[in-house]
Amino acid sequence: MIDAMLYAALTLFGVAIVITLYRIVVGPSLPDRIIALDMIGVNLITAIAIISVILGTKAFLDVILILGILAFISTIAFSKYIERGVIIDRKRDD
Amino acid sequence: MITVNLAIIIPFLAAILVPFLHKTIKRIHIGWFVFIISSALFIFLIRYIPNIANGDTYLYTIRWIPSYNINFTTYLDGLSLIFALLITGIGALVTIYSINYLSSDENLSHFYSYLLLFMGAMLGVVFSDNIMILYVFWELTSISSFLLIAFWYHRKRSREGAQKSLLITVSGGFAMLVGFIMLFVMTETMSVREIIATVPNFNEHPLFIPALILILLGAFTKSVQFPFHIWLPTAMEAPTPVSAYLHSATMVKAGIYLVARFTPVFGGELTWFWLVTGIGLLTMFWGSFNAIRQTDLKALLAYSTISQLGMIMSMFGMSSAALQNGYSLDSVVYTQAAFAALFHLMNHSTFKGALFMVVGIVDHELGTRDIRRLGGLATLMPITFTIAIIGSFSMAGLPPFNGFLSKEMFFTAALNISNLQFSSETWMNLIPIVAWVASIFTFVYCMIFVFKTFLGNYQEEKLEHPAYEAPFGMLISPAILGALVILIFFFPNVLGEYVLTPAMYSIFPYMNGELGLHINQWHGFNTELMLTIGVIILGTLLYISLRHWKKIYRLLPEKWSFNTLYGNVLEKTESISNAVTNSYMTGYLRDYMVYIYLFFIIAVGGTLFRTQSFLFNIEGNSEITGFELLITLAMMIAAVAILLAKSRLTAIILNSVIGYGIAILFVIFRAPDLALTQTIIETVTTVLFLAAYYFLPEWKKEESKKRSKGVNAIISVAVGVIFTTIALAVQNGKLFESISYFYENSYELAGGNNIVNAILGDFRAFDTMLEVVVLLIAGLGVYTFIKLKARKGDKPLEDK
Repeated sequence: MIDAMLYAALTLFGVAIVITLYRIVVGPSLPDRIIALDMIGVNLITAIAIISVILGTKAFLDVILILGILAFISTIAFSKYIERGVIIDRKRDD
Repeated sequence: MITVNLAIIIPFLAAILVPFLHKTIKRIHIGWFVFIISSALFIFLIRYIPNIANGDTYLYTIRWIPSYNINFTTYLDGLSLIFALLITGIGALVTIYSINYLSSDENLSHFYSYLLLFMGAMLGVVFSDNIMILYVFWELTSISSFLLIAFWYHRKRSREGAQKSLLITVSGGFAMLVGFIMLFVMTETMSVREIIATVPNFNEHPLFIPALILILLGAFTKSVQFPFHIWLPTAMEAPTPVSAYLHSATMVKAGIYLVARFTPVFGGELTWFWLVTGIGLLTMFWGSFNAIRQTDLKALLAYSTISQLGMIMSMFGMSSAALQNGYSLDSVVYTQAAFAALFHLMNHSTFKGALFMVVGIVDHELGTRDIRRLGGLATLMPITFTIAIIGSFSMAGLPPFNGFLSKEMFFTAALNISNLQFSSETWMNLIPIVAWVASIFTFVYCMIFVFKTFLGNYQEEKLEHPAYEAPFGMLISPAILGALVILIFFFPNVLGEYVLTPAMYSIFPYMNGELGLHINQWHGFNTELMLTIGVIILGTLLYISLRHWKKIYRLLPEKWSFNTLYGNVLEKTESISNAVTNSYMTGYLRDYMVYIYLFFIIAVGGTLFRTQSFLFNIEGNSEITGFELLITLAMMIAAVAILLAKSRLTAIILNSVIGYGIAILFVIFRAPDLALTQTIIETVTTVLFLAAYYFLPEWKKEESKKRSKGVNAIISVAVGVIFTTIALAVQNGKLFESISYFYENSYELAGGNNIVNAILGDFRAFDTMLEVVVLLIAGLGVYTFIKLKARKGDKPLEDK
């Protein structure tokens, strides 16, 4: 019973990822796409968590944490790029 | 006892010594050292004559590469002795001559080093019993001849002549090498003697005729036979001693030697008879015909050498008729052609060497060798004139000079062969006729040589220096050779019995009966004598009326010559290969990718197709859940969308979607370490893309042709299909047991529960170390790219 529910949830997350992908491909503006990528990252985190439950392992908890950090970092990088055109600022006194 | 091997090695050692001696001993001319070497070798070889005449032969071996059957084996018999005596004897005379000919401002140490190198190589050619060693020395003669022709390397024509001779002789040499290898394949031995001994066992072999033709190709290119004769006239840019030595007496006879040496192997074959005789006669005719039109004395002598070598070659071809019917007493009569050939070989070396030296003297004293500017030198240079008369009358075949004897024997051989009954009679009758006509032309150019140079009007205003007799030193060698010409006429049988007859036994080792021939100066009123008288009468008439019929040379335009053909071939090969290279080396990376992928498609796809190995077996594959399907679908959509993306940023975002998709696939397939690494690397890559993005130019729509886009699409689809097919077909057969069980006990062996890490850090740590090095190199590379910039005015770091 619980397995079936987990699989159903997983499939739904998959559907969510595909739908989000629509926004990335079509998305009229760049921020749309970046937010969609961020959302895919979050969806993946959840999906990995559900897979971990299904497989009954703790091995993927690191992946969840890392993905959480990295999805954040890449979103920040994109945002900064949109705002300033560069990701890493040069030092003023250089 | 390795004395004969030593005779080959000594010139090479001396060639090394020459530059040192030249630097340390300034007072004595370095040529004397070379003279001592060559005359010592000559005397050393003369000592063998009595033993060789008794039928002894000498075989010495030094091991070189025994595992490949290649040993430095020398074989001294009658045939090689003749050539060795010519090489060392004329070598010594040429050295004396060149001591006086070359001024001391020239680079003498180079000259004598090359000359000794050539002498050693030539001795190696004639003494070698091992065909591979023979080939090595053969190429060494080509190379040293190349160096000697281009001795005045600052002249363009010298360089051209050297290049031409090298190209032609070396390509012939390569053909010969292939022929030798075929011989080795057939007989499984590299020794010439053993090959001769086993001939009857393999003359039905399919490689026999190809080997014959290829070896003949080597001999013909070296011995300036038609149509490879073109390099000899251009090689006349060499200093005259070189022309006298290499291009009349020795190197051009290497091909003759090869034919003589291999007559017992191939002589029984009709192809051999027709090729050698036919090409020889054609060369003889063509050379003598063309010699008449030359205005340069050396060019005239070059064509006459071509003609005389053709004559010698054709006589060796005629003598092979003796082997057609096996070794019977009746066929001994045909072997006499070989005797005549050997005799004329000696005679030609004497008179042609003298004539070249005469031309050298004329050139040296007057500063020109153009016939049109010369004349009336007979009273001013009496000794030179005498030698010239002896040489050219001998060449024309007049008594009392040795050329008369060999020409008579040549006619005898040609007449004998016309009685032979293995082919249609008309062809056989053609042989003496062509020989006779060529002899008439020979007579004409010999007369031109003497009379246009030494008689007529003395035109001092056209000369650079007024004419005087040459210094004594320059006259020694031609005088000795001229004396030999006469001596051989009066005592031909000394030479015949002691030197030529033993050589006959090396050419026809299994012949029964007496092979030697007694040479008579006078043999009654027979056909040969009538032919000679006819040559003299017709030749004189032609010489007198030369002005009237010289026009026929204009009938054949200059651009139809073989020289033009050679030039065109060189030019065309260059331009065609240039065009071919330019057509595919476009400089565009995308074109090269197309080649690589096309090759991949043809090679891998072709293999798949040929072996019919695309059978798919999906038994035992796990089930696909809905989530996996969706993730794969998302990745596919993203991948296709990248191709259609309108901006770079969209492409970057879609790329990271694919990366994250791979990460989740790793999770699904239970690879936590991979998933971790993949997420991190994906993020870092995305950030790097963004960092690089700032520096990229505006996104431009790629303007390429529709067709190339279509081609790209087809290629990419094909590559994808092939990869997918391979991946699916791989599951089809399991060739080996999995080795993953090996890592199951990782805790006991490596002390780690994480198998992946245990493999990376313990079982297969070597790979990991190198991967770390790769990262290090990449990091350093990026650092240098960013930091190292050429300052202003510096040279650019790399060529664009």
